[in-house]
Amino acid sequence: MTAIPSYERKLRRSGWWMAAALVLVAGVYVRALAFTPEEATQGLAQKIFYVHAPSAWVAFLAFGVVGVCSLVYLFVKDPRLDLLAASSAEVGTVFTTVVLVTGPIWGKVIWGTWWSWDARLTLTLFLWFIYLAYLVLRTAVEEPGRRARYSAVLGILGALLVPFIHVSVYLFRTLHPMPVVLRPGKPELPGTMLVTTLVSFVVFTCFYFALLARRYAWARLVDARAQSEGEHADAS
Amino acid sequence: MIRLLAQAWAIAAKDLLLEFRSRTAFLSALVFTALVLAIFNFARDPTAVSAVDLAPGILWITFSFAGMLGLNRAFGLERENHALDGLLLSPASRTALYVGKTLANLVFVGAVEAIALPLFALFFDVPLWPVLGPLVLVIALATLGFVAVGTLMSSMAVNTRFAELMLPVLLLPFLVTPVIGAVQATARIFAHRPFGELASWLKLLAAYDITFVVLCTLIFEFTLEE
Repeated sequence: MTAIPSYERKLRRSGWWMAAALVLVAGVYVRALAFTPEEATQGLAQKIFYVHAPSAWVAFLAFGVVGVCSLVYLFVKDPRLDLLAASSAEVGTVFTTVVLVTGPIWGKVIWGTWWSWDARLTLTLFLWFIYLAYLVLRTAVEEPGRRARYSAVLGILGALLVPFIHVSVYLFRTLHPMPVVLRPGKPELPGTMLVTTLVSFVVFTCFYFALLARRYAWARLVDARAQSEGEHADAS
Repeated sequence: MIRLLAQAWAIAAKDLLLEFRSRTAFLSALVFTALVLAIFNFARDPTAVSAVDLAPGILWITFSFAGMLGLNRAFGLERENHALDGLLLSPASRTALYVGKTLANLVFVGAVEAIALPLFALFFDVPLWPVLGPLVLVIALATLGFVAVGTLMSSMAVNTRFAELMLPVLLLPFLVTPVIGAVQATARIFAHRPFGELASWLKLLAAYDITFVVLCTLIFEFTLEE
């Protein structure tokens, strides 16, 4: 009934998307390091921006995907949506970790300290905690239907919590560099840097979708194998 | 609507009656609160940091931890002898079940707070009477949001492995907004700042309450079996 070979084929095909996305990511680094001018005051330290900012964008995008999949899941109860939400949460956790690692490396050089309780840094930290809570909850519930419902509820609540944390920590205090691309009026960045930044955002988004597709294909395969094992056990 | 509230109140009254008869959870939450307040006193150097600077933070850490102890009780209670199945078979709607559990938790946490507050004033030498009105408003706003989310989370956490650990992991991220809002507002109240300085924090707390009370009420039925 379950066609395991077809899932294996899909998993292999997702590998090609991954490879293509990795080539694009490598392209961004080449462009950022060799063909983009150094920033006047920050020097080489600013190069990390081309990893940090797009990763942050993907981290929030991924949680948006978790929230939307969770919401739709509660209405249509399609287990594939649950797997997609879980895959997006895992990929999002990785990107959030990248943001939290690259941020302090830059901060040590520019702010003079590894960590600061700045608003956006705090927001990302809590996004990371929400992701971890989501993943921990998934490991703590055995029954698949219940696991899917519980994670969907947490996914929706979490997606709504993010804007609230944003406002509260912003009111608390901030010393983050103000947005340089998405700001009222013209972007502040000079042309070449702006192009590199935009390219990095697009490429990281592709990278996210490639990782998501691969993780999802893998989850489907694991699921199909578990099901067929269950059927064999029932038959014998 | 009236029917819903009547059903909810019946469920809340049942929980409160059970608690009133044994008083175990309530008494242990109180002792816990007193202990936390006493131990926090040693977390500061009395010659360097004045009590009133640290007081708002201590107050809210104590309240949220004590509240979390109470929340685990709400659905843990229904696990014994599959009592939850009985509740689900009763004519009460699932929304009424959530509202009732939230009401009982609000009374429980509110009662702990009402006793902890004078104790806090005594230990940290904070004059309460002049600021009681605004302080109660802040406590009510922050507690409502925290209990609304906490009741929903506890209904899921009791059915997981390591339920006692799972609840804080799920709930603490949701406490960021109520705790920051409440601590900031409380600090301004203790410093006798004009009401205008509190307004943005109160608005934030109110917005959080409205969003999560509505959302949790709507979404609660999905945490139960079909």
